[in-house]
Amino acid sequence: MENNIRIEAREFNAYYDKKCALKDINFKIFSNKITAIIGPSGCGKSTFLRSLNRMNDLIENFNVKGELLIDNENIYDKDVDVIFLRKRVGMVFQKPNPFPKSIFGNIAYGLRIHKMFKNYDDLYMKVENSLKEAALWDEVKDDLNKSAFDLSGGQQQRLCIARAIVINPEIILMDEPTSSLDPTSTAKIEELIRKLKEHYTIVIVTHNMQQAARVSDYSAFFMQGELIEYDETTKIFTAPSNKLTEEYITGRFG
Amino acid sequence: MKINKNKVIEKVVEGALFMSASLSVFVTLGIIIVLLFETIEFFKEVSIIEFLTDRQWTPLFMNKHFGILPLLNATILTSLISMIVAISFGLTIAVYISEYIKPEKRMIIKPVMEILAVVPTVVYGYFALLFVTPILRKIFPDISTFNALSPGIVMGFMIIPIIATMSDDAMQAVPKWLREGGYALGANKFQVTTGVVIPSALSGIMASFILGISRAIGETMIVTIAAGQMSNLTFNILEPMETITAYIVQVSLGDTPAGTIEFKTIFAAGMTLFVLTFILNVFSYMLKSKFRERYR
Amino acid sequence: MKEKKLINKIRDNFFPVAGLLATIISLGILFVLIIDVLKDGYMRLNLQFLTNYPSRIPEKAGILSAWVGTLWIMVLTALFIFPVGVASGIYLEEYAKPGKMKDFLEINISNLAGVPSIIYGLLGLQIFVYFFKLDRSVLAGALTLSLVVLPIVIVATRESLKAVPLSLREASFALGANKLQTILFQVLPSAFSGILSGVILSMSRAIGETAPLITIGALTYIAFLPAGPFTTEFPFITLQGLKDYFTVLPIQVFNWVSRPQKGFHSDAAAGIIILLIISLFINFMAIYLRIKFEKYMRRK
Repeated sequence: MENNIRIEAREFNAYYDKKCALKDINFKIFSNKITAIIGPSGCGKSTFLRSLNRMNDLIENFNVKGELLIDNENIYDKDVDVIFLRKRVGMVFQKPNPFPKSIFGNIAYGLRIHKMFKNYDDLYMKVENSLKEAALWDEVKDDLNKSAFDLSGGQQQRLCIARAIVINPEIILMDEPTSSLDPTSTAKIEELIRKLKEHYTIVIVTHNMQQAARVSDYSAFFMQGELIEYDETTKIFTAPSNKLTEEYITGRFG
Repeated sequence: MKINKNKVIEKVVEGALFMSASLSVFVTLGIIIVLLFETIEFFKEVSIIEFLTDRQWTPLFMNKHFGILPLLNATILTSLISMIVAISFGLTIAVYISEYIKPEKRMIIKPVMEILAVVPTVVYGYFALLFVTPILRKIFPDISTFNALSPGIVMGFMIIPIIATMSDDAMQAVPKWLREGGYALGANKFQVTTGVVIPSALSGIMASFILGISRAIGETMIVTIAAGQMSNLTFNILEPMETITAYIVQVSLGDTPAGTIEFKTIFAAGMTLFVLTFILNVFSYMLKSKFRERYR
Repeated sequence: MKEKKLINKIRDNFFPVAGLLATIISLGILFVLIIDVLKDGYMRLNLQFLTNYPSRIPEKAGILSAWVGTLWIMVLTALFIFPVGVASGIYLEEYAKPGKMKDFLEINISNLAGVPSIIYGLLGLQIFVYFFKLDRSVLAGALTLSLVVLPIVIVATRESLKAVPLSLREASFALGANKLQTILFQVLPSAFSGILSGVILSMSRAIGETAPLITIGALTYIAFLPAGPFTTEFPFITLQGLKDYFTVLPIQVFNWVSRPQKGFHSDAAAGIIILLIISLFINFMAIYLRIKFEKYMRRK
C-alpha cells in the first residue's frame, strides 16, 4: 500500500465510569490524508478524537483498554509524556476558543511554553509564517496587538488553526471546526484544511456530511461507539457496503 | 531531563498550594484548642453547675458570680429582636425582588442592599445609641440610655441583606416548571408565591434565617455600644443588658493579665459563643446543601 | 362577589406594596444614618481632624494615629491574605480531587466564614500576642484580621476560577501546556479581576472590624504613630513599625462614642464620616471590578 499508517487503533475501548463509549475500535489513519469521522451525535466520534491527544485525561473516571498507536507507539503507555504527545498532536475545537490575549500573544503562547524560539525576531517570524499558513496574515498583519476577540468567528477559528500549527504538530485534530460558522467562513476553513494536508495528517469530526464529502480522503462512520464502516470517502458516499452507513448518509436517521 | 524538572516544579507548587489550603484547618484547630484550654482552666475554678445555673455574672466585682445566664439571655434577646426585623423585612424584600420585579431592577437592588452589610458595625452602634434610642424614648418614656431594643432593631437592618440575598437565591433556584404547574391549576400569583415558590425554597430560606441568627449572636460592637456593659438578667428589653460579646470587649478594654480568673472568663464566654454559632452554622450549611441537591 | 374581589385585590398587591415599602425603608435607614452622622460630625471635618492626635479636649481631638494605624493594618492584611487566599482557592478549585478531603476543607472554610470575628480576637490574643510574643503590635493586629477575612478571599477566588470557561483550559492543554502553565498563563489572568474584587471586598470588611482588634488589646487612646517604613539610612526601609502599638479608625470612633461628653460624639460622627467614605469607596471598587469581570466573562 502506498499510504503510510500514522495512527492505528487496536481493539481500542473507552469508558466513562463503567459506561462503554468506544467498543473494540480497529482503525488505521494514513499520513497526509484528511480522515473524516462521521456519525450521529453520541456515537463516540468526539471521544475517539479526544483520545488521540489524550484530552479525555481531563475527565474524571475516563478509562481506556486496548492500544492506540501513533507512529507505532502506544500513546496510552505509562511512560508516554502527555505534554509531548499534545505538542505532536494539535487540536482545533468546535467553537473558536482564542485566549483573551492579543492575536500575536495567542500564536506565541505555544512557542513560549515549549521555548521554541531563539529570539524575538525568530518568534515574530514563526508567528508570521503560521498566520500565513492559516491564510490569516493579510487580514491581521497590521493588528497583531489587537485582542483576538475583535476578530470575526471565522477569523478566530483560523487563528486557532494558526495557533495549533505554529508548534509544528504532525497531526491536527479538528472537532467540528465549522459548526459555529457561517457558510463563507466555512468555505475558507475547508479550503485551508485541504491545503494543510500537504504537511499534516488531519482527522476531522463533522456532523455535516457534505463537508466530509468535500474535504476528506477517507471517511469513518461511527455509531453507538462502534466503527461501522471505514473506507475512501468516494466509496463511502457512493457505494457504502453497510446498510447503516447508507441509511445515515441518505438522511434516514441522525 | 527538562521534562522531569517541570514535573518536580508542578509537584512543589501543588504542595505549596495544599499547605495554604490546609492553613484554614489549623485556624479552626487553633480556635478550638485556645478556647478549650482556657475554658478547662476556668472550670477548674468554677463548677459547671454554677456556670449554667447561677443567675448573676459578676467576675469583675469583689463578690464574684459566674452564671452565664444573664449574658446568654441578653445575647438571645437582642438576637431575637434583630431577627424579627431582619426576617420580616428580608423575606418580604426577597419575595418582592425574586417574584415581582424585572431581573434588571433586581440586579440593581441587590448590590445596593448589600451596602447595609458593608457599614462598619461601630457606625451602627453610634446610630443605635444616639439616634434610635432617643426616638424610642418618645414611644417608651422609661427606656434606658442603654437597652436591648434599640441595638436589636439596628442589628436587624444590618442582617436584612443576608436574608434577602440568600432567600432570593433560593427562590430563584425553584424551577420554572413548578411555578407553571401552579399557574396551570388556575392559581394566581400570590397563591403560586406562597403555595409553591416559598414552600419549595423553604430549606434555602431557613438556611438564611439561621445564618442571620448566628450573625446576630456573634455581633459585637452594636450591642457593646448601645445595650450596655452591665450584666442584667431580665426580659425587659427597655433595660440595659450585657451580651456575651460585649462582656469580652469589656474585659479586653481593661488590662487583665493572663492567668487570672477574669482572663479565663472571656474564653469560657467565647467558648459558649463559639459552640452556639458553630451549631447554627453547621445546621445552616446542611439545609443549604440539602436545598442545592434537590434542585441540581 | 364584590367582597371577594376586594380580598383578591389586597392579595394581589400585598407583595408588590409591602416589598417596595420594605426596600424603601431599609435603604431609607441607610440614608437617615448618613444624614445623621453628617449633621453631627460635619463641623469637625477639617485638616486638623486628620493631623491631630486624640485629645482630652473634643475640639482638638483628631484621628491621625487612627487613620495611620488603619492604613498600616490594611496594607499588611492585604499582603497576607492575597497570596494565602488565592493559593487556597486555586488548590480547592483546580487541584483538590473530589472526595472526603475536599469536602472537609470546604466545610471547614464555610464554617470559618461564620465564626464571629471576636472569636478570632481571642485566637489572636493567645497565639499572636502571647505565644509568638508579638505583643499588641501592628503585626499581631494585621495577622488577626487576615484570619477573619481569609474565607472571603478563598470563596471569591474559587468563584472567579469557576467562571473561567473550560474551552480556555482545553485550548491551553491541547497545545501541550501543563497544568501549572495553564493556570498561571491562562486561567489566573482571566480570573484576575474577579479575584481582585474579592480581595478588595475583604478589605472593606476588614476596615470596619473592631471587635477582634480590641480583643487582642489594641489601644483605644494612642498619641504616637508606628515607626514609618522608610528611613534615611541604608536599606531605607524598616519594619520597626510592625512591632509598635496601634489603634484604628473604628476603635477610635468606639472610644469617642463611649464617652459621655457630647463633644466627643461629634468627633465620633466625624470619624464615622471618614470611615464610611473609605469603606463605601472600597466596596464600590469591588462591585465595579465584579461587574467588569462578569462582562468580560460573558464576552467569551
